[in-house]
Amino acid sequence: MFKILNAQFIAPGIKRFVIDAPRIARKQRPGQFVIIRVNETGERIPLTIEKSDPEKGTVNIVVQSIGKTTHLLNSLETGDNILDMVGPLGKPSEIENFGTVVVMGGGVGTAMAYPTASALKRAGNRVITIIGGRNKDLVLLESEMREVSDTVFVTTDDGSYADKGLVTDKLRQLIENGTRIDLVLAVGPIPMMRAVADMTRKERIKTIVSLNPIMIDGTGMCGGCRVLVEGKSEFACVDGPEFDAHRVDFAVLVQRNSMYREAEKRSMDDYVHQCELEKQKAAAPAESEVVCALEEKK
Amino acid sequence: MSTPPTPKTPPKKSSNPLANKDRMKLPRQHMLEQDPQVRNKCFTEVNLGYSPELARQEALRCIECAKPACVDTCPVGVKVKDFVQLIIDGDYLGAAAKIREDNVLPAITGRVCPQEDHCEAGCLLNKKGQSLGIGYLERFVADYERQHFDLKNIVKAPPTGKKVAIVGSGPSGLTAAGDLVAKGHQVHVFEALHEIGGVLVYGIPEFRLPKAIIREQVDYMRAMGVEFETDVVVGRTITIDELFEDEGYDAVFIGTGAGLPQFMGIPGEHLNGVYSANEFLTRINLMHSYEFPKYDQPLVDFRGRNVAVIGGGNTALDAIRSSLRLGAGKAFMLYRRSEAEMPARIEEVKHAKEEGIEFQMLAAPLEFLDDGKGWLKGARCQKMELGEPDSSGRRRPVPIPGSEYEIPLAVAVMAIGTTANPIIRHTTPGLATNKRGYIEASETTQKTSRRGVFAGGDIVTGGATVILAMGAGRRAAKAINEFLVSGEW
Repeated sequence: MFKILNAQFIAPGIKRFVIDAPRIARKQRPGQFVIIRVNETGERIPLTIEKSDPEKGTVNIVVQSIGKTTHLLNSLETGDNILDMVGPLGKPSEIENFGTVVVMGGGVGTAMAYPTASALKRAGNRVITIIGGRNKDLVLLESEMREVSDTVFVTTDDGSYADKGLVTDKLRQLIENGTRIDLVLAVGPIPMMRAVADMTRKERIKTIVSLNPIMIDGTGMCGGCRVLVEGKSEFACVDGPEFDAHRVDFAVLVQRNSMYREAEKRSMDDYVHQCELEKQKAAAPAESEVVCALEEKK
Repeated sequence: MSTPPTPKTPPKKSSNPLANKDRMKLPRQHMLEQDPQVRNKCFTEVNLGYSPELARQEALRCIECAKPACVDTCPVGVKVKDFVQLIIDGDYLGAAAKIREDNVLPAITGRVCPQEDHCEAGCLLNKKGQSLGIGYLERFVADYERQHFDLKNIVKAPPTGKKVAIVGSGPSGLTAAGDLVAKGHQVHVFEALHEIGGVLVYGIPEFRLPKAIIREQVDYMRAMGVEFETDVVVGRTITIDELFEDEGYDAVFIGTGAGLPQFMGIPGEHLNGVYSANEFLTRINLMHSYEFPKYDQPLVDFRGRNVAVIGGGNTALDAIRSSLRLGAGKAFMLYRRSEAEMPARIEEVKHAKEEGIEFQMLAAPLEFLDDGKGWLKGARCQKMELGEPDSSGRRRPVPIPGSEYEIPLAVAVMAIGTTANPIIRHTTPGLATNKRGYIEASETTQKTSRRGVFAGGDIVTGGATVILAMGAGRRAAKAINEFLVSGEW
């Protein structure tokens, strides 16, 4: 059991958990992740580590409500427990002084990019950060990123905050302005990472992406997280999660991530239905105190 | 719960009333089984066990060899003759205690051990007909113990003050843990997954080895004093060096098991619907995907669809028999050699055939075919014939030119073996591994190149069996005990 010491929504549908996990906190390096299982009947899913505090023995994870498991997780509050959390998994990011690094974060991907940006800055790099979201509320960790970056650009799809457009628009501008870029790190939705890869491939800028395929054990045992890298299968949990963006077959990644779409929808529908029932029960005088995440989002 | 057991010493004289020639006339007693057409639709256990009467009838067949080969051929050296005698005496708990002197997981080995390769291969009765049903008898005794033995009656050894870390809770780790705790050492088992048992839990399906039985065997070990910690990936969550330096362990046993699943490297293996056996079985066994949506981990829909497993071992059979239970329309095995070369247990092959699995022998896929949307729609296969024996001693499959054919498939499961997991190798300086990445360990003591570090099971040998891993766990425990007592490496 892993105790939640603090749980707070940092954006609509996006929650930050501070979790008591001393072993993981002590070992976590930028670029690594955890796998959690919420309860006895739960699935195992990989999640982003935003940062950890080895002294306090805490690990921060940032979770966006998407399917049943993430909704269920985001219904948990300070003082609740997560049944299983294992990590830190995956290879840590390669940290050295590359020169000028552009760190790009889309949505919750920003949380994954943040510890690497921070380490790259400490290693002496000039860090240019580009973060984006669909709208103002979904731009995450801006102030944290400002602390570890030389420059921060923010974009929103709808223009509700900062520059209207995509993070890739900003990257293109930097390239067109003749900014010398030695490395790009992009973490976010697959279409964003793919677009970055396409853009930097032409410019021959080394580009790293952090992939989040379907995963079960996270130790290399099951092979479910295999990604096609230059025609060869590699496992995101032990060979990644970071890969050379120019070698990754993004089409296969998209296809494999869609494998359980129907089942995921069914789980989510059942969960929503369950939440409705709980709500009705709560309306009537009842002993149930389950608070539904869906309700909170409204 | 029963009254405390009073383990008896084996009687000096045989209590078997039959003369040897009459014993040899007795037929081998059949295991009671669920009907094939019932069991192939559910995950409950196939074998139903012996009744006490059947167990006695079978035990009476033992001819009590002066030099019992059944014991010598057992990788952990279970005293077969002695426990069989205790069954005839009706002292089932005594028989269980006798098995436990050498084997801490009797209810598990009684179910999954390939007895025909070990104890039953050594049995002299083979010369006159069928060997003694040693596995069935072991299972009977172990199940009796599960139901009648009170864990409060376990006597713990006086503590030695020495601490041993066991990395991995599969068969080798559990065996080493059991033997070491019996010597009074403090034993802490680290498991990467959320359940204890390693391959026993994620690899072997419920219909062959019910999870409740694993939990009970683990509870027994808890009662012996073994500590268990889940959700720790040694090499990531803590390193081998940190186990010594920060946590004060005096010795470490690495039993991390089979590694990364192998793929064939043929086109289309990334298609949706192509699984590794490890992933498929982990979803079913560890994550209960067959109970979706009660359990959240999903699986593709098998109902009424064609499923093939590529491979010929126990894992392949577990996977294809699971597919049938998930409702597969047609379930077949594609194996590149013939049935004679299949490494699977004989009983599993028999069960699979009864259940309706189709065996396509001497065939291998060349390519998996895309339905145009990223999903598997079939396989292009090739027929094989057997050539000269290869390094494994089995006849090598040779492709027959022009024999290509296509089969429609919705799911394919690759059960063609594993390669070494790199995590511990990459995070443990000075730990010698061979060119295939497996840990180098002594065959007699399981000692590695690092002082205080021992290793055994699949991470040393590559994919093998539960009982061979247990044998390695036993050898390691003996050597670890000697190391802890003498301090000499």
